[in-house]
Amino acid sequence: MKIKEIQDEIIEEFSLFEDWKQKYEYIIELGNTIELIDEKNKTDSNLIKGCQSKLWLYAELKNGKVIYTADSEAIITKGISAILLRVFSNQTAKDILNSDAKYIDAIGLKEHLSPTRANGLVSMIKQIKYYALAFNTN
Amino acid sequence: MIYKMSFDINKIRSDFPILKRKINGSNFIYFDNAATSQKPNIVIDSISDYYKNYNSNIHRGVHTISQEATDAYENARAKIQKHFNIRNSHEIIFTSGTTHSINLVANGFQDLLSDKDEIIISGLEHHSNIVPWQMMTEKNGAKIKIIPINENGELNMKAYDNILNSKTKLVFVNHVSNALGTVNPIKTIIEKAHKVNAAVLIDGAQASAHFKTDLQELDADFYTTSAHKLCGPTGIGMLFGKEKWLKKLPPYQGGGEMISDVTFEKTTYAELPHKFEAGTPNVSGAIAFGIALDYLNEIGFKNIYNYESSLLQYTTEKLKLIPNLKIYGESKDKTCVISFNIDGIHAYDIGALLDKFGIAVRTGQHCAQPIMDHFGISGTVRVSLSFYNTKKEIDVLYNSLKQAISMLS
Repeated sequence: MKIKEIQDEIIEEFSLFEDWKQKYEYIIELGNTIELIDEKNKTDSNLIKGCQSKLWLYAELKNGKVIYTADSEAIITKGISAILLRVFSNQTAKDILNSDAKYIDAIGLKEHLSPTRANGLVSMIKQIKYYALAFNTN
Repeated sequence: MIYKMSFDINKIRSDFPILKRKINGSNFIYFDNAATSQKPNIVIDSISDYYKNYNSNIHRGVHTISQEATDAYENARAKIQKHFNIRNSHEIIFTSGTTHSINLVANGFQDLLSDKDEIIISGLEHHSNIVPWQMMTEKNGAKIKIIPINENGELNMKAYDNILNSKTKLVFVNHVSNALGTVNPIKTIIEKAHKVNAAVLIDGAQASAHFKTDLQELDADFYTTSAHKLCGPTGIGMLFGKEKWLKKLPPYQGGGEMISDVTFEKTTYAELPHKFEAGTPNVSGAIAFGIALDYLNEIGFKNIYNYESSLLQYTTEKLKLIPNLKIYGESKDKTCVISFNIDGIHAYDIGALLDKFGIAVRTGQHCAQPIMDHFGISGTVRVSLSFYNTKKEIDVLYNSLKQAISMLS
């Protein structure tokens, strides 16, 4: 699926929730399904800066697609990371670079992306793009 | 405003407009008081009154409103003097807050110390209390010694005795720890430091909102606090320094207000306290600081202390009912701060869900990484209470916490 289609699908899913509790229960559930980073890649250089909870992100290129894996000590951070990875992982570097993360606003999780919020998700999106940029020029 | 006879919590709460807010559809509950306190109407109004009616630069103007502003500013200094029982009003310097005060003192001691000297700081310090001394000792080569803490989050006083010696020139301790709420035995620390002729600087930022401190009785050489921790505005604080020390320290910043005579060859510095108050000061902030002290004194610090103690006890007992909850810092002498973790759940997750319930708590290291390292944890959830909080709010916290835990496990 294309990035835009997945984003629309996620917006659709989140529109069904009646209150924040349902939404956060789902995020927590997603946190448990994330494509986990390999233990050997949980290095300091793969740590995302600016997090209260440790958040690792790793990327590799497979068959022309960027595959992201991540993990966090905090389950909500992990869940939101999973929502990012579901969109951006397994896409071409070019498509990743041409996309944005506005769908996070649309599903009402903007507060987690505010640069002042110390959970590192803004840095994570930047890092997702940096990896794509690196693989794009290869 | 008559509180002296009884502590009227409903009246007090009505003084704070922010407490009427709703967050995510729930009543707003503010448990981040150690970060900053909320402001009563009387403080908020004093700022707008200043700008509406007598905004003016101070100490120079001969016109009416400049004199009114000068009087109000100096009157605020007099209120601080009375509140902290300070001998001379010129021993009070208005600063932008505790961090500014500490930097002022550290900067002053930079030239007074050499690589043969030592300073002692406590292991319970906030980052802002560590960095200025590291910067100072990088320049003059003095050595930093640390007073370690024990399992209850208290200073190890035996270790203090061991590191205190004739080389010690300055001891620096907070009155109350921001991360754990521990009240430190500063009276003893000061007495012992004075026996080896070391000066003592106390950071009172986490103490001033909870109890009154008599600085003549305490005999600290320097004491500082920030107005925003005690219902006053941000950007204003005070540094008390004994006259003999303030005379010894060089000025921190150059500018207007701090000079008495300037030629291109030489400048003569102004007398205390103006020597340390360069430039146009935060006039409205100082005035509002004074009003905040009036407000708290009107309620009465005894009332505040008693009310907060019962709130702390209630909260501690209630939180202990939650399985796998561990409280960090259980000193017998502590202010109403409860730092905790729940086994297997990250503090950030708890904080994020409590926010959804309309409850503001702090999560993370609380700018006190060394303390977190001591306990071998990456952070805690910190509930810090104030006299405008209620047991009913604690009950909401308890129920919300239980729901959050069930969502997260």
